[in-house]
Amino acid sequence: MLDFDYEFQWRQALDAWPELLRGAGVTLEIAVLSMVLGTFIALALTAMRGAHYALPRWAAGAWVSVARNTPSLFQVYMLYFGLGTLGVMVSSWAALLAGITFNNAGYLAENFRGGLKAIPPTQTRAARSLGMSAFQSFRFVVLPQLLRVVFPALTNQMVWAILMTSLGVTVGLNADLTGVTQELNVRTFRTFEFFAIAAAMYYLMAKFVMSVARLMSWRLFRY
Amino acid sequence: MFETSFTSSDLLFMLQGAGVTLSITAWAMVFGTLAGVASGLICTLLPRTSLPLAWLLDAFRSVPLLIQFVLFNAFKSIAGWDYSAFAVACAVLSVYTAAYCCEIVRGGLQSVPPSLYRAGRSLGLSGAQTLASVIAPMATRVAFPGWINLVLSVMKDTSLVLWIGIVELLRASQTIVTRIQEPLLVLCIAGALYYVMSLAVARIGHGIETRWQDHD
Repeated sequence: MLDFDYEFQWRQALDAWPELLRGAGVTLEIAVLSMVLGTFIALALTAMRGAHYALPRWAAGAWVSVARNTPSLFQVYMLYFGLGTLGVMVSSWAALLAGITFNNAGYLAENFRGGLKAIPPTQTRAARSLGMSAFQSFRFVVLPQLLRVVFPALTNQMVWAILMTSLGVTVGLNADLTGVTQELNVRTFRTFEFFAIAAAMYYLMAKFVMSVARLMSWRLFRY
Repeated sequence: MFETSFTSSDLLFMLQGAGVTLSITAWAMVFGTLAGVASGLICTLLPRTSLPLAWLLDAFRSVPLLIQFVLFNAFKSIAGWDYSAFAVACAVLSVYTAAYCCEIVRGGLQSVPPSLYRAGRSLGLSGAQTLASVIAPMATRVAFPGWINLVLSVMKDTSLVLWIGIVELLRASQTIVTRIQEPLLVLCIAGALYYVMSLAVARIGHGIETRWQDHD
């Protein structure tokens, strides 16, 4: 079954590792940026969903349900090709970052809403009656507890963000790990070797994020 | 004024693409769930011996699906297998589904308190009987919402098969965009189709969930 006449050329793929490593750097950069931006937007969306007025509530609800019910590839396409029609020219890098951020924010907002349920509203009222402002009570009482509850979800989303950066290649990004791999592939036609190495690198990045998150949770959440 | 060269045959083409999306999802869910339930059971019952299996499935969760498609497609050509791109897509997505389904099944099984197993055994049921008629019904109810979420996420992930040359919904809309040059409109239609399909699955799932709750 596996007696194929194909010579694997790992040397060629291994020699390209500085380029692949740079690509991995770009991948991590996009993922981290999208997570930071996504977390802030998600917090805003969570606040908007609990708002008194209908408009922000509706807008946040629409954001979350579109982000969760359409493919992330579609979201990146929409930002890259769709915005182009409106005369807004975005680079593939920006489109990818915006697409992943949009997706992250939608998923995280849902997680935050679940996390908020775990924090009794009496705590906010207690903080308010101690003289804290609404923002202070959110920042110093609710947020630290919320972050602890949603931390595993944040970690998972970070891994997802790394995996999602691979979509950049479909809108012509050639700087991230998949983009670099695809360029090398087009040049050498050693598809299997290059993509196997890229797969290994993605795996290592995901494991790296998971272990960093574990260390962080020990450091942040002791007591 | 609003004018468009989008025709009804274009819409039909996109609906055909949506059909391909749904059929890939269905195949992947059938095989992935079977393999996922099997591996979930193995991982729960034999946590030590099945550690290599858990690692293997974890690898499929840590590598982008796009890369998995390309890798398997390249491997197919190397090995000289004569499968269609559709079969490759279904195979890769099945394994990917199984990797997630394994976790869902394991979570469901672990949510059942072990004392129930002992209670079943002391009532005279065999180990397999307890598993089938005590543990499984309870675990299914816990795992079902996660499984529906998995269906939704696999349906969205099928959009990635356009990279290996299958004309599904997103690829079909891209083809139309190339011809009529109205990306915003066509992509909005594609997005709406995805949205409706997701909503339908979510509704069906929710219906089944409430129905089961009636019998509790």
